[in-house]
Parts: sequence; C-alpha cells; structure tokens
Amino acid sequence: MAKLTRDDVLKLAQLSRLQLSEEEITQFQNEISAILGYVEQLQNADVEGLEPTNQVTGLKDVTRADEIRDYGMSPEDLLANAPAKADDGHLQVKRMLQ
Amino acid sequence: MATWESIATTAAQVQDGLVKATDLVDRALKTIEDKQDFNAIIATIPDRAHERAKSIDEQIARGEKVGRLAGVPFIAKDNFLTFGSETTAASNILKGFKAPYQATAIEKLEAEGAICVAKANLDAFAHGSSTENSDFMVTKNPHDKTRVPGGSSGGSTAAVMLDMAPFALGTDTGGSIRQPASFCGAVGYKPTYGLVSRSGVVAMASSTDTIGPLARTVEDAALVLDVIAGKDELDSTSIDRDTTPYTDLSFDLKGKKIGLIKEYMGEGLDPGVKQQILAATEAMKKAGAEIVEVSMPSLELVLACYYVIVPAEISSNLSRYDGQRYGFSHSDAKTLEDSYNLSRSHGFGNEAKRRIMIGTYVLTSGYYDAYYKKAQQLRTKLIQEFEAAFSKVDFLAGPVAPTTAFKIGEVSDDPLQTYLQDIYSVAINLVGIPAVSIPAGTVQSLPVGLQLMAPQRQDRQLLAIAKKTEEIL
Repeated sequence: MAKLTRDDVLKLAQLSRLQLSEEEITQFQNEISAILGYVEQLQNADVEGLEPTNQVTGLKDVTRADEIRDYGMSPEDLLANAPAKADDGHLQVKRMLQ
Repeated sequence: MATWESIATTAAQVQDGLVKATDLVDRALKTIEDKQDFNAIIATIPDRAHERAKSIDEQIARGEKVGRLAGVPFIAKDNFLTFGSETTAASNILKGFKAPYQATAIEKLEAEGAICVAKANLDAFAHGSSTENSDFMVTKNPHDKTRVPGGSSGGSTAAVMLDMAPFALGTDTGGSIRQPASFCGAVGYKPTYGLVSRSGVVAMASSTDTIGPLARTVEDAALVLDVIAGKDELDSTSIDRDTTPYTDLSFDLKGKKIGLIKEYMGEGLDPGVKQQILAATEAMKKAGAEIVEVSMPSLELVLACYYVIVPAEISSNLSRYDGQRYGFSHSDAKTLEDSYNLSRSHGFGNEAKRRIMIGTYVLTSGYYDAYYKKAQQLRTKLIQEFEAAFSKVDFLAGPVAPTTAFKIGEVSDDPLQTYLQDIYSVAINLVGIPAVSIPAGTVQSLPVGLQLMAPQRQDRQLLAIAKKTEEIL
C-alpha cells in the first residue's frame, strides 16, 4: 500500500480525538504506514465464504433480570475521580451549546 | 530473602497459627523495598494489607474459619482495579485514579483471605511485550538487569521471581502472561477466554483479554485459577467453570498425543530456544507421550490478523479516556472537543496513540471490509484449523517466543519489530483456547518457556499435563 499522507494522519488523529505535534505527525506517518504495510498480507488470505468471528465463547443473548442492584457505591464514590463537578452532585463539562 | 513455600503450604501455616498473616505481609513489603531497583512495583498497599492481615490473624485466634488462601500475599498487575491504591494501567492518563470498585478476580481472592500487597508495572494499557511502553519505568529481568522481563505482565512476573509474593495476577491478550513467564522462568497460565471474569480489569481488546496467574509452580497457578474462575454476572462474556477443581491434576503422559506446531518451529525461531523445545518434547516422549507434527497454514498470517483486530478493539475501548469522568483532564481546554483532544494527547503514550489510530483506520468505512472483516474471517479459519488439529492430538506444543529475553532498548525503536515478538502467542488469544508457559531450561543462562495448549474449556487437563511435564523437565 502507498504510504499514508500527512492529511491521512491528520484525519485519523481527528477521528481519534488526538492532537499531534509536527514531529508526531511525521513519526506516526512512518510507523503506521509500516504497520499497515505489514498487515496488508491479509489480502492474500483465502477466506471466501467464511463468516467473521467476533467472539469465541459461542454465548448468545446473555441477560440478567431487570432489577436494581446495590453494588455498594454511592454517586459520590463514582464522582470522586471526576475532574470537574457542579455543586449539586453532577459532572461538569465544557459548554456544548452556544 | 528465601523463596516462598507453595501457596497451599503458606495458607496451611497461617491457618495452623504457625505464622501470622501480618508477618507475611511485612515480608512481602520488605522484599519489595529491598529489590526496588528492579522497577517491578508501581505502588504498595501497606495500610489495607496490614488491616486485612490483622483481621485474619484475629479471626484465626478466635478459632473462626478463614478462607483457602487466608494470609497469602499477592501482587496485582496495575490494570486490575483495587482498593487502597491508585490504578494507573502504567499510563499517565490514569495517574491519581482511585477505583470505586474492585476487579472480580481481586474480590474472589480476597473472599478467600488472600492479601493484595502491591500493584505491578506493565506496558501502559498492556500494549507491549517488555514493559518498555510503561509511562513510568522499565522493569528489569530478575536474571539479567540489562534485559527486559517480557510483557505486558513484566512487573507481575518479575515480582514473583524476585520472591516479592508467592503469586501475582497478570492479563494475556496476545501473550502477556506467557511471554514474561518464558523470559523470567516462571509459570504463566492463560485460561480459556471467559473462564475468569474481566470485570474490573482495564479493557484492552475485549474479545481476547484474559486474566491469569503468574507463579513459580503449576500447582500454585492451578490453585489461584481454582479461586478466580467462574461465571460472573458483571461480565457477559464469562463462561461456566469446570465443576471438578482445577487443583485435581492427576495425569499420565502415556498414550497422550502432543502436536508440535510446524509453523512455530521454522525460520525466525532462535536455534537455542528450538533446542530446548525439542529437548522438552523428547522428555515427554520418554515419559510415554507421542509427539507428532501438526500444521496450521493460516498461522502464516496470524500476526497480521491480530494487529488488525486488536488495535480495532483498543481504539474502541480507549475512547472512554476523554478527560470528563475520570483520568487526566487538561486544564487549558476551552471547548469540549479541546478537552477530549488535549486530555488524550497529553495523557496517552506513543504506543496507545499508535494502536488507537491503526484501529480507527481499519474500522473506517471504506477500509472495514479489506482489513477488519477479512481479519475476522481469517479468525474463523484459524479456529477451524485449531479444531482440526485437536481432532488429531490431545494437546499442542511449541515455543512461547522467538528468543530469550532481549536487551532493554533492543527492539523498542521499531514498533513492528516489537510486534514480531508475539508471533507464537497471538493465535491462542484469537481462538480463545487455554495455554501455559512452563520453564524448559535456559539458553546462555536465560530462561526459556515451553508453551502447551489445549482445546477450549480443557483448563484442568492442560494444567495436569503442565504439572506432569514440569516434573519431568
């Protein structure tokens, strides 16, 4: 495959919610191109007609009863690691609507 | 400091009042302190460990029943959520994170009285095979300080071989329990996918992540597995365990058919390692086993398959680190999008970023069919080839890794070179079968592991053959 362009890397970074420095853009351009070049071999695989496997347990439709359970955690416990909290016990995030 | 007794012996000594749990905790913590320069441990949990040990000692003094592992110290890889310490996954993005709940595996061990004394170093988010991708430090191989212990459970494995505790917990998504076991001379057991709950373990690749023990002997590993295995409501991919205890390991090698994997014994395998593997299978033959060669042609493409599927799942699993609910949040961010971008860019290390972007690429519409779907189809083919192999043999065997422990810095400049270390281990994760690395001698004083594999859900049988083989090697 052709090497990734600078724009390709920037697009990937944007989709991944990553902001890269100039140095990183070049570095990842080289490294990711090499890795994608390696996995390109998959194109040689003869997998005609095979179903994709996405899990190996064979389990289907695993459910539990729709009951409230007490896991011993309060809202305070769960918010303890939050970077920003509003006074009334909510997570605070940046403004989304202008 | 001396090597620990077996877990069962240690537990019996505590139970019988011959030794106090608090003394065992102190011993573990002292060893950790004395061997700090190996960089195996990220943090210790002295307060909670002492508290629990004291409580166990008091229960015993009162004649109360205590758990099977009461008083036995252990170390958990720092991607297991635990109380009493931070859980960082060796990443800057989780520095300071205090888990509001514990991993099910930890809960199960604690229910039997085992005591978590420390969190071990790993490649950040378990992305790696050496601990060189840890955001904090590189762990040193107990046999040679200039070499890596392997990874990603390098800290856990080194800790056990440095006698910091009788056992440790690791995770294996592509070899991360088995390869460090091979590099350090430990026993590293990777169970059937789903046998041990993934709840409370920082997710890497959800369809391949497994949890397992690092220990000095198969007997110890089996006991730990017996405690942590079992269906968990909190993990919808968990399966039922065997009703027979995993500690029931009676076994006869006579008449058993072992398939040596052809594709694992060819070019790329270090000749010294090859010699040790062949010596091991020779010993098994002398004990009555039949050694045959099996071939699974799709193994030629297994690494390509793995490095499409796993980064794809990683990119999905790491999207939760967005700086909003927990983890590093960048203070310069003005908008929400800024907050995502800056928090992730400053928090994640290079390998995490690399894998996220590769995963994003192969899942992008337009590329999805060519890469991800194709890899998932190859995965089906691999499962079929393993099934065909197991219809001819009872177990499979081969090396764990192409070499013994490499030098720190030797492969870390080239990500692709690092990925090639996993060539003999990743297939096992893709098909979900159990596998174990047991010590099989040394090459120039560096340990080599023999990898044994069994069909899905035959963990007890695999542990049994591993124990037998351990005895004859």
